[in-house]
Amino acid sequence: MSITLVQVIVSGLLLGAVYALFSSGLTLIWGMMNVVNFAHGDFVMLGMYAAVMIWTALGGGPFAAVPVAAMLIATLGIVSYFLLVRHIMRGPMLAQILGTFGLALFLRYSAFWYFGADFKTLPDTIVGGSFVLGGVRFEGSRVLAGGMGLAITLALHLILTRTAIGSRMLAVSEDATAAQLMGIRPQRMQALAWAMAGAATGIAGALIANFFYTSPTVGETLAIIAFVTVSFGGFGSVLGALVAGLIIGVVESLSAYLIGPVYKDVVVYILFVLVLWFRPQGLMGKA
Amino acid sequence: MTKATRRGFSAGAALTVLGLGKAASAQPAPVKIGVIYPLSGNSASAGNYSKMAIEVGADVINNGNAELAKIIPLAKGGGLPGLGGAKIQLIFADNQGTPAAGQNQALRLISEEKVAALIGAYQSGITLTASAIAERHGLPFLTAESVAANLTERGFKWFFRTTPVAIDFARAYSTFLKEQKAAGQKVGAIALVHENTEYGNSVASVIADQFGKDGLPITQKIAYSANSSDVQPQVLQLKEKNPDVVIFISYTSDAILYAKTMKELNWKPSIMIADNAGFNDPAFLKAMGSTVEGLVNRSAYSGGKPGSVPAIFNELYKAKAGVELDDVSVRGLQGFLVLADAINRAGSTDPAKIQAALRATNLPAEQMAAGYDGVKFDDKGQNVLASSVVTQLQGGKYVTIFPKARATANVILPYKGW
Repeated sequence: MSITLVQVIVSGLLLGAVYALFSSGLTLIWGMMNVVNFAHGDFVMLGMYAAVMIWTALGGGPFAAVPVAAMLIATLGIVSYFLLVRHIMRGPMLAQILGTFGLALFLRYSAFWYFGADFKTLPDTIVGGSFVLGGVRFEGSRVLAGGMGLAITLALHLILTRTAIGSRMLAVSEDATAAQLMGIRPQRMQALAWAMAGAATGIAGALIANFFYTSPTVGETLAIIAFVTVSFGGFGSVLGALVAGLIIGVVESLSAYLIGPVYKDVVVYILFVLVLWFRPQGLMGKA
Repeated sequence: MTKATRRGFSAGAALTVLGLGKAASAQPAPVKIGVIYPLSGNSASAGNYSKMAIEVGADVINNGNAELAKIIPLAKGGGLPGLGGAKIQLIFADNQGTPAAGQNQALRLISEEKVAALIGAYQSGITLTASAIAERHGLPFLTAESVAANLTERGFKWFFRTTPVAIDFARAYSTFLKEQKAAGQKVGAIALVHENTEYGNSVASVIADQFGKDGLPITQKIAYSANSSDVQPQVLQLKEKNPDVVIFISYTSDAILYAKTMKELNWKPSIMIADNAGFNDPAFLKAMGSTVEGLVNRSAYSGGKPGSVPAIFNELYKAKAGVELDDVSVRGLQGFLVLADAINRAGSTDPAKIQAALRATNLPAEQMAAGYDGVKFDDKGQNVLASSVVTQLQGGKYVTIFPKARATANVILPYKGW
């Protein structure tokens, strides 16, 4: 295997871990309350702007930007839950779709108004350039984002499956009324889910801003990938999003390199359709 | 971003109506011109800069500029004398970066806003659909920046184009590269990397044809989608074949990703050429300028002496936009001025009269804001006096390096990058 091919696979894996990172928030919301958050991409976008603003205003490394972005987007998640989502959940499915879609447009055009249409990028010295390992090049900011992607998806998975608060959240998602009879407050758990999803999404945005451009419409580009990753991996499964992200990243990189960049989406979507054909619930989703 | 544009966005992101000049009671009704640009979507930054350039042009015609009035008759102020001093009212529409939205907006401007003519739409693929609507309704459509060759090959009667086109660029690049070859640079292997909509595909094929005729070997062709979230495989393909020259035909977001990824993967050719568009966007230069030092580009804007038309417009534009005029914004401005001149000579908002006036357009080089030899349309609506120069990014600014007669600096090779 040529060294370039190894580089392609490594790049694909890192890309996939990043896909998993910004998809985990979307799948968490679905798993908790069966709501598809169409504003997810724009949450990522705001996380990216938070990082850009902190860097330009305060200097500082990702270690300052990441927690601030996490808190900001977590707050946005809670506010969105109480002001919008809580109400539209009582409505028909269509209201839920259009409600979060409206939120997406609101956030996107607010960003246009406030930040302008310009593309912004961060200076790339902050997370320390790149290093070579066995002839393969690794870029610091991507390794950091990919590594955090793995860590955060695993952490979310463990919180949901191994802790008392996770069990309570899952109980609410199974049957809110029954959970309430057991002394769990559904609204509190659901708000917590939005906060956790928001925090994960904010971290994702802050880390992606290191190697990607930031613009008001970047959420559109990223949201499509997040939706594919989440339905590929199984709606509601955090671990599924991780596996799906890695598969998509590698398949995309390999097909772009071996067949041609215009065909990579064709290959990814054929695979996507095949998975849904045989497992409509996604790789790790509940049937 | 300036206050003016923020206000523009707050008025409604999809549609901004700017009434320029207040109509007094004796004043004739304003002439409405529909302007279709990407004001959202991935090319929104380029679209918004062009919008500001056209606003500067309209302001000069409506309110006058003493210095420009010495050279351009319409710059005296007080609107269009041919229509009894009617002011120009710009109606902006957002094509959202999609051909379908461009088409809908063209239809809306024609049927609801009753505009006299249309100008737009930046992306060639969108100009293709939007101008088809104008053609069907018998209304003049002028594109100031879309360069796809087939736009003027459709036999349209209402379509006009002021910008130089792909064949002009291809010839400029080819002559430039042959000159570099004679000076000892290696040009034995040339890669062509292009986005795969109308713009990228058509410019790439015209360049490939011209280079084939001129004996410049294209050894690698990479097509990709401009909305890609990742371009690492493409850069790795380049790195593996290691061509001497790479020509990029890209929009803004992909241009940023290429610049970043080439640095990440530590690969550069000895001559890197970018066919304008994304690599020329002020947002790209602000974000990535320091990582593409020595990049060769083309431009219709080459400054000018103080007191010349481009220099005066540049001052006016800088005050509004906060950046200097560049290739894209100056071509937008030039297109608008040509359209305004034609409507003025038509003396009417009757589409057929404007069409006839556009056909009779004959503007001299000294009135040009863009670096053209003038404006004169052929039967297909193409400006036969359009021309462009080859520029290079030196110290964060584009300077003209070719042709010799217009050069303001010497070419510096090999490509430095970061």
